[in-house]
Amino acid sequence: MLTEFRDGLKAMIPLFLGVASFAIAYGLLARKAGLSLLCLTLMSLLVFAGASQFVAISLLISGASFLLILFTTFVVNSRYFLMGASLKPHTRKWGTKWQVVLSFLLSDESYALTISHFTKNAPSKYYQLGVSLGLYIEWVVFTVIGGLMGSFLGDPESFGLDFALPATFMVLLLPIIKSWRHVIVCVITGVFSIAGFLFLPTRWYIPFAAILGTIVGGMLELWKRK
Amino acid sequence: METEIIGLIIGMAVLTFFTRFASAVLFKGENISKKRNALMIYVPIAVFTTIIVPALLFPKEKLDISIYNEYLIAGLISLLFAYKTKNLMGTVIIGISVILLLRFAFGL
Repeated sequence: MLTEFRDGLKAMIPLFLGVASFAIAYGLLARKAGLSLLCLTLMSLLVFAGASQFVAISLLISGASFLLILFTTFVVNSRYFLMGASLKPHTRKWGTKWQVVLSFLLSDESYALTISHFTKNAPSKYYQLGVSLGLYIEWVVFTVIGGLMGSFLGDPESFGLDFALPATFMVLLLPIIKSWRHVIVCVITGVFSIAGFLFLPTRWYIPFAAILGTIVGGMLELWKRK
Repeated sequence: METEIIGLIIGMAVLTFFTRFASAVLFKGENISKKRNALMIYVPIAVFTTIIVPALLFPKEKLDISIYNEYLIAGLISLLFAYKTKNLMGTVIIGISVILLLRFAFGL
């Protein structure tokens, strides 16, 4: 039990600096958007979803409506639905309390580490808890550090720290690209997002391109099977 | 303002928890068919791409496809590095270094 928990904690070490810089960038950006330290910490504690927090803050800065922020949060995080689904065969016997806790703590990074561990080892809730809780605590702590730095430093862009966002998602995206169809969907989604950025009202390109890209992918996949 | 933001945060928290917990309730946990998995993989592919591409191409809210766009150059170099190593730490460090270096070189 304890060894498994510790293995989980150890597994997140390679991700440590990436997550920390991403969290600091979020904290800095949130201060720039005018969020209080309390609010930006509360968001990390309750939402705990780096990409959608980052996106929500840039939406706030660009003056988007709360409705769009909530809708975008839902679309961007809908990927957790399928991550949860793919973990379920391993986690089904763990009881509701564990399901609630581990679901709340699910993130891209913990999913990636957990699923690859479970395919090679016996599934362990303590392993998943170790990875997830480690990432949660790191996220919250470095978010606060970023927020505190923001009071002194100012703009995260002047340090290039905002690059932590695309960098993180590149590292998460590349391992799931396994066929030319996937590459084609990336290119088409990229074009949708550029067009959406240029022609749609503030930031609506995010749900627009994400949904259309998924549909195109689904169509390609079904077409292949015929 | 503060209360409104806290309301927004709670709304985001509820929606996000729903996306994480719904599958635990809905699926009984038999192995999901390979076919359905092959379809669902397009959700993260599309979401991640939608986050990455504009972050590199619209640095100051304007479309910029030129060598003077330091985010685009850093993105391409990092992409190559990430592809070779799959190392998040290294990718972030290389990307940020390239951005700062290019800004220094171009006097941006």
